[in-house]
Amino acid sequence: MEKLAELLQYIFSGLTNGAIYALIGLGFSIIFNATAIINFAQGEFVMLGALVVIAFSALGLSLPLALVLAVAAVTVMGLAFERLAIRPARDATAISLIIITVGGGVLIKGLAMLLWGKDAYTLPPFSGQEPLTLAGATILPQSLWIMALTLLLVVGLEAFLHFTILGKAMRAASYNPVAARLVGIRVSQMVQFSFGLSAALGAAAGVLIAPITMGVYDMGTMLGLKGFCAAVIGGLGSIFGVVLGGLLLGVAEALASGLVSSGYRDAVAFLILLLVLFFRPQGLIGRRPLRSS
Amino acid sequence: MTSSTLLALEAVGISFGGLQAVKKVSFQVQEGQIKALIGPNGAGKTTLFNLITGMLRPDHGEIRFQEQAIQGLPPFRIADRGISRTFQIVQLFGHMTVVENVMVGRHLRTRAGLLAAALRLPWSRREEAAIRSQSLAWLDFVGLQDRADDYAANLPLGHQRLLEIARALATEPKLLLLDEPAAGLDMTETERLKELIFAIRARGISVLLVEHDMSLTMEVADEIVVLDHGELLAEGPPRDIQRHPAVIAAYLGRDWEKE
Amino acid sequence: MARYQRWLQAGVFYLLVALSGSLLPGTYYVTLLNLIGLHIIIVLGLNLLMGYAGQISLGHAAFFGLGAYTSGILTATYKVDPLLALLAGLLLSTLVAVIVGIPALKLKGYYLAMATLGFGIIVAIAFQQMDWLTGGPSGFMGIPPFRFLGWRFQTPAAKFFLVWALVGLILFLSLNIVDSRIGRALRAIHDSETAALAMGVDAQRLKLLIFVVSALYASLAGSLLAHTVNFIAPSSFGFMFSIKLVTMVVVGGMASIWGSLLGAAVLTVLPELLAVFHDLEVVIFGLILMVVMIFLPRGLVRGLLDLWELRRRKKQGR
Repeated sequence: MEKLAELLQYIFSGLTNGAIYALIGLGFSIIFNATAIINFAQGEFVMLGALVVIAFSALGLSLPLALVLAVAAVTVMGLAFERLAIRPARDATAISLIIITVGGGVLIKGLAMLLWGKDAYTLPPFSGQEPLTLAGATILPQSLWIMALTLLLVVGLEAFLHFTILGKAMRAASYNPVAARLVGIRVSQMVQFSFGLSAALGAAAGVLIAPITMGVYDMGTMLGLKGFCAAVIGGLGSIFGVVLGGLLLGVAEALASGLVSSGYRDAVAFLILLLVLFFRPQGLIGRRPLRSS
Repeated sequence: MTSSTLLALEAVGISFGGLQAVKKVSFQVQEGQIKALIGPNGAGKTTLFNLITGMLRPDHGEIRFQEQAIQGLPPFRIADRGISRTFQIVQLFGHMTVVENVMVGRHLRTRAGLLAAALRLPWSRREEAAIRSQSLAWLDFVGLQDRADDYAANLPLGHQRLLEIARALATEPKLLLLDEPAAGLDMTETERLKELIFAIRARGISVLLVEHDMSLTMEVADEIVVLDHGELLAEGPPRDIQRHPAVIAAYLGRDWEKE
Repeated sequence: MARYQRWLQAGVFYLLVALSGSLLPGTYYVTLLNLIGLHIIIVLGLNLLMGYAGQISLGHAAFFGLGAYTSGILTATYKVDPLLALLAGLLLSTLVAVIVGIPALKLKGYYLAMATLGFGIIVAIAFQQMDWLTGGPSGFMGIPPFRFLGWRFQTPAAKFFLVWALVGLILFLSLNIVDSRIGRALRAIHDSETAALAMGVDAQRLKLLIFVVSALYASLAGSLLAHTVNFIAPSSFGFMFSIKLVTMVVVGGMASIWGSLLGAAVLTVLPELLAVFHDLEVVIFGLILMVVMIFLPRGLVRGLLDLWELRRRKKQGR
């Protein structure tokens, strides 16, 4: 019975992290599908989300307002990032684009360090500190917030892509840029929009996780890479795949660090990444082979 | 002409998804023969080339080269057995010079490995010199000796097609597959191509070609195989093919008589 | 003709290096020159893989680390002869490169990038976690200097000689490989793998071969690092260093051996120059990476030549 509770405990914490990875992974997936670029700066938008919401909340704004403003601010930064770093390099090769986005990530991280220093900041949880007990395992209210809001965001994203004009235009531009242009869709605008959307998702992940992990300037890199693993594991082409990839990754990590050794927690993600790439490169739910560069 | 069979296809077939691209095709190429493969677009000619050279693996049937089954072997092994090819959409090494392209063709018949190359051993230097002179000789053979040091990507299409032939010949094939070698060539270039094909045969190399230029095909080919919708429609010398009613109906049509 | 010119270039280059090594005051510059030399060795191998064979690796810091830790641990903990330890490092790197390379090199483009990235991070984590062997995050100390045929490479000058002698050897080997049957086949694979296969090039085997060669270069550099700085820590062998290596290749120019020397030198010296900006260092480094890649995507040398050419044409047009 105790073993079971322990297992459940790992699964709860795994699902919490997994939801965060899924949100970050969706950011990768949206940009990749729109532009065939892997945006290695993605994790920095998570960090910005966390630090900006903490700053707003320290200014005395109410938490809901601070959350919304933080996500909005980081979205603007995502749009600016596309405009300043990606658009001028339109004809660059895949390798150059990798370096550009890594350079962008380094730059953002460096600026955050200048602005906030190397200290870690806390944000109070959205509601209550008291853990809830469920079948012998405990779960923080913030974890429930994370899972619920992630679910809401994923459903919202799916609805946006399928039922709004803008979402349909984005999908069209990603499936066939030439044809999309012919029917009057401005593809470059869609690309910029995809960066904004993916920064927003990253920021959402950041504000959600801030009460649990604290915000610090260098938190983004590893989170970004994990989200990237989630996206590849599930299959970059499918929203459901990325979410599944994130949750699987979170649970696998939690189990491995609980049952084997916590030091190798981070290695698990990349081990699964390798196994998936070697045996099922399109991802677990990959529907179509992705563009190879 | 007494000759033995070089290449034999037996009931070869392949399908992509639900589409049967090649259906139970059987034919042979004799040593020293020039054979042509004709048929409308989508008849399965290039697919057949890809099957013979190992780019694709047939779903069923057997492909024998010099009495040995070769289907399913990787392309570089089939090249080693003595089958070389050109491509319908030219596939040159664009960032390399013309002579370097041909030198890649010598890869198979030379052996300097990484260590010998890295240390520039005397025998590997001699081999390298031989590779270059042989490659220049093949360029001479197709008439591109003047362009040896240009980048391959900068050649006009007609020259690129010749370069592909020189590169393929450098592998010392027994059978050369030419995929639409006359596409995009003007009249004089096509005339020179015809002579080149005969010169290749004179060196004891058999030729199997896919070509849409009917007058060229009829002039060079000893025998013609007609494909339609992946199936073998007819086979025989050019005279017979021209009169074959099914062929006329399916492919050549009435217009052909005028050419 | 071109060949003699090349050797002349190499001679002049060496003279410059030797002069700066002996004329610059203090050990700081010699240490920096040594670091440049080590980076050149890795970048030469990575350029064979990326620039010539057209295969990316975002995990080459792992091989650098494998060489460094094998040499460090075997010589310091187990008192093995440095030369044997170096060879053991090369052997281990070959093994790992083969095991990872066989499945990874079947992938193309971004997928290969992802796989090598994952591999590199796993190895970096292992260096941190196996603290009973590697000393963990705080690093591994007390590595003895390199010994060879009774020579001990202990003084900065001796280390300088050792490193740059090996840079010369690797440069010689690389120039030869590029200019050979193997180098040609690699470039052919880069331009059209289909055509290379049809011409009888065993593309898969050659890609693996050059992946192993590049891993060996990195491993050699790692062993030399262990014996020249006598202290190694896992943070030197992480994801960021792999990216830095790739950047050195691209900044120098893909498929340009001499460019590799420049790329390695510039990106090794740059952080040192930026150190005066303290906290701004990282920001400026990130900015430079982006700006160079955006405006000179073909690398420093070719990029500047292109710009110059453009200006000249504009002038003539008027």
